[in-house]
Amino acid sequence: MGLNNDVILQTVSKVAFFIILAFATHLFIGGHHNPGGGFVGGLVVASALTLLILAFDLKSLEEVSKINYQTLGIAGVIIAVGTGMSSLIFHEPFLNQTFGIINLPILGETEYVTAIVFDTGVALAVLGTALSIITTISEDVCKWRQ
Amino acid sequence: METMMAIVIGILFSIGVYLLLCKSLFRIILGISIIAHAANLMILTMGGLKTGGPPIISGVNLPPTDPLPQALILTAIVINFALTAFLLVLAYRSYLVLGTENMEQLRGNDNE
Amino acid sequence: MSWFYLTTFIPLLYAILVPIFYRHFPRIHTGWFVLPIPIGLFACLIRQIPLIAKDSPLVHTVSWIPHLNINYTVYVDGLTLIFGLIITGIGALVVLYSIYYLLKEREALGNFYVYLLLFMGAMLGVVSSDNVLVLYMFWELTSISSFLLIAFWYQRKASRYGAQKALLITVFGGFCMLAGFLILANITDTFSIRQMIQHADKITGQSLFVPAMILILLGAFTKSAQFPFHIWLPDAMEAPTPISAYLHSATMVKAGIYLIARFTPIFGGNMVWFWLVSGIGLITLFWGSFSAVKQVDLKALLAYSTVSQLGMIVCLLGLGSAAYSGPGEAAILSITAILAAIFHLINHSTFKGSLFMVVGIIDRLSGTRDLRRLGGLMNMMPITFTLAIIGSFSMAGLPPFNGFLSKELFFTSLLNTSQLEIFHLDKWSPLFPIVAWLASIFTFIYCMIIAFRPFLGKHQPHKLAKKIQRAPWGMLLPPTLLAFLIILFFFFPNVLAQYLFLPAISSILPGVMEADLSIEPIKAWHGWTPELFMTMGIIAVGFALFLLFPKWSKVFGRLPLWFTFNYMYDKLLLAIEIASQRITRKYMTGFIRDYLSYIFFFFIVILAGMIFILNSFTFNPTANSPVSIYEFLLCLALVASALLVLCARTRIIAIIGLGVMGYLMIMFFVIFRAPDLALTQLVVETVTTVLFLLCLYFLPKLEKEINKLGFKITNLVFSLGVGILVTIMALSAQGNRLFQPISRFYENAYELAGAKNIVNSILVDFRGFDTMLEILVFCIGGIGVYTLIKIGLTER
Repeated sequence: MGLNNDVILQTVSKVAFFIILAFATHLFIGGHHNPGGGFVGGLVVASALTLLILAFDLKSLEEVSKINYQTLGIAGVIIAVGTGMSSLIFHEPFLNQTFGIINLPILGETEYVTAIVFDTGVALAVLGTALSIITTISEDVCKWRQ
Repeated sequence: METMMAIVIGILFSIGVYLLLCKSLFRIILGISIIAHAANLMILTMGGLKTGGPPIISGVNLPPTDPLPQALILTAIVINFALTAFLLVLAYRSYLVLGTENMEQLRGNDNE
Repeated sequence: MSWFYLTTFIPLLYAILVPIFYRHFPRIHTGWFVLPIPIGLFACLIRQIPLIAKDSPLVHTVSWIPHLNINYTVYVDGLTLIFGLIITGIGALVVLYSIYYLLKEREALGNFYVYLLLFMGAMLGVVSSDNVLVLYMFWELTSISSFLLIAFWYQRKASRYGAQKALLITVFGGFCMLAGFLILANITDTFSIRQMIQHADKITGQSLFVPAMILILLGAFTKSAQFPFHIWLPDAMEAPTPISAYLHSATMVKAGIYLIARFTPIFGGNMVWFWLVSGIGLITLFWGSFSAVKQVDLKALLAYSTVSQLGMIVCLLGLGSAAYSGPGEAAILSITAILAAIFHLINHSTFKGSLFMVVGIIDRLSGTRDLRRLGGLMNMMPITFTLAIIGSFSMAGLPPFNGFLSKELFFTSLLNTSQLEIFHLDKWSPLFPIVAWLASIFTFIYCMIIAFRPFLGKHQPHKLAKKIQRAPWGMLLPPTLLAFLIILFFFFPNVLAQYLFLPAISSILPGVMEADLSIEPIKAWHGWTPELFMTMGIIAVGFALFLLFPKWSKVFGRLPLWFTFNYMYDKLLLAIEIASQRITRKYMTGFIRDYLSYIFFFFIVILAGMIFILNSFTFNPTANSPVSIYEFLLCLALVASALLVLCARTRIIAIIGLGVMGYLMIMFFVIFRAPDLALTQLVVETVTTVLFLLCLYFLPKLEKEINKLGFKITNLVFSLGVGILVTIMALSAQGNRLFQPISRFYENAYELAGAKNIVNSILVDFRGFDTMLEILVFCIGGIGVYTLIKIGLTER
């Protein structure tokens, strides 16, 4: 994709990007009790970055973040598998999750859920893979445009 | 509602299958997408429609609707995204490399 | 003995290290790293001898799939021990021999020793596992490693041909054997051989008794190269000579014998078993020795001699099974046959192993194994000549070598059997001694050919590719050790009998041996008995025929070509290939539409047929939820957008239609109380549309497909068929609730998983495993896209 010069789109997406990102975080963390979760969280982040790619171009995105999305996706899968393995340490079945309430010094009574680690893995895998699909395709498009 | 949905799903399946049997790879992808939508709707319909509240436990004393089909469909949607992307790339790569997306011309040699 | 069950896995695990040694120590022959494994295992097994001789077998069970009753049970008794000693003992010698036989500069040693260790572990697994399914697994593993080793020099066409033949025949037998095992397991309700033996009386009356027996025998016969499956063994001689010595004479081909011996307690005493095993053994004995005489390739000659000797052991086991026919005389007489079988099993490994190694030396030093080109080597390789004499005289059954003893026992048991009056033996009794005697004459002739033809006569250096040099000591040492054993066993057979044969016999004939029947000591001289006269006759007639060989060798030319089993095998293989090719060509058109048509055709026919047969179509709209006008309009819009996609003339319209469909789906999800789905669909649909638009640039214009009317009608029929069927299925599923939905369970999500969002808790907790694999699939899809783009195909 060539250089875009759509000033309105660029300006709006600069702001919107962070709003979407915040929304994604909300969806991801709130996913335990409200609609949302790893899948949606990861996908929303991916769509935010897609918006950036559309508004600017791939190169400027790559300048900002040098993450290899393939690795990110695979890291997500490994985290997910790893949480499953970790329950084996406690002589629990594979992928057994637990939850409870813990007393933290400042925050007071806090609810903790181990499933959130697994969900992080899911989110990272979805995010990484979705973005790797989009970036590789748009890279190819850029190459063929020239 | 369920009866109407069954008919709608049937129509969508028909359209999807028709597209799937076409020669153009692009149409085949369209067909697969339509069938995916129809299948999602079908799974949801099987669970019973509008029988309760959303599957979120809240103070409201309404029994939640069947959550299991929803979990199934959620993964199906995400997988379908990867599948569509893969097929799209397959289609345009084969068009670039082989110069055609007509399945009849893509069938290859006799001595394979 | 808790560690003992690991012995099987040591070779398999060590095989992983071999490529590392091969890669990192190229200057040291990889064989030296492998050598300690068989030696160590051999020492371990030797230490078990006293324990086993006290009749206390080792058992160790490792649970594998307990709820299917499949466990990995190691069971080491006398029979296993003998096989284990042969496997590891000959294995050690073969590894040593191969160090000098295979040049480290030229051969892919890493592969060779990996295959060899794989085989060793698999073979130990076959003889030590008590579970039939585990046995089967190791059994096929030996077939595979044998395939790999025969094809070790895969550049040669003959190697590939031989490897394929061996694999096809042995795996065919293996499948039959598996079927037999399953029948037995079904009858006895256990997979353990020991428990099957305990239930042996339960099996005998079953109608599937004979089929199970024949299937298991097919496995044994194919593996042990019994007539008419012997044809793979001569072609397997394309393997390197150490392999021929190890797999195709000493160990793997004996797996079939092991199987027959192991199942004798179950099937023994049955007439079909007796006649099949002893009859096929006898035919193989004769046919193998008869065919061996005509061979001009030394290794082919040894291959046919192996076939013949295996036939002899099988025949003995068949005769021995008569022990179960009844108490008294038959039992006592039959024990001799089993004793002879075990004794000959060990003897065969010693003399045939040494002979193969001798032939390997001749091949290496002179560059050929063709008897027509060899001659007069006696002066150049005196040690090799001595070894050849020892080996082949032992095989011919001459004193003072161990082959003499087992051959005499063989004749004794034949003569014993002909006195019995069971299984219609009274009519056929003379058959056994006569055929065996004739076969032994041919055996004698080919033994003389091996012993003398390459070494006596005129040396013809111009016919040889190489100038003869001295053999390296490492190649001479293993056959020398074996030759030493050949003589040792002749003078001290009863030591072996006490410690090895007796436990083995009691494990082959568990019920019979408990009646404290002892075996008579094996003696070299037992007076002027019929056996001795038979041997003398063999020597006289055999020697005369050997001298007159050129005169009568024309007999072999008379056999018509089409009659040979090799010819039939080749024709059969070709016919199968052509037929399958024709069928495949017919339906594999390479056109996706055809394949999809098959799928949809069967989908419609089978499902519609089932619905019709079961009469399960119900239509019960009473429980339906009400429809509002808003929802009705949504449905209309969904159908309309799908039709838009169908009829779109340009790509962009199709993509827009699809996008509209996707967003309408969100509405449906909202109506149907699925907030998570609506969110996900919203994001996915957006991203998908972006993808479509990105790819739009590359995709060609959507051409209007100009198709024939028939094409359109087929499409229409299939699509309407599928659509109507799906509607019927959806309606029927509404009407038929066969069981309670399991979803109620998940409503306890807050108590069980601490989550209020049930869908999410299903995804990450209850069904976390599904989700894990799902993201894995998603990742694979991503990698697929990446590779498709980056693979760098040359574009037009």
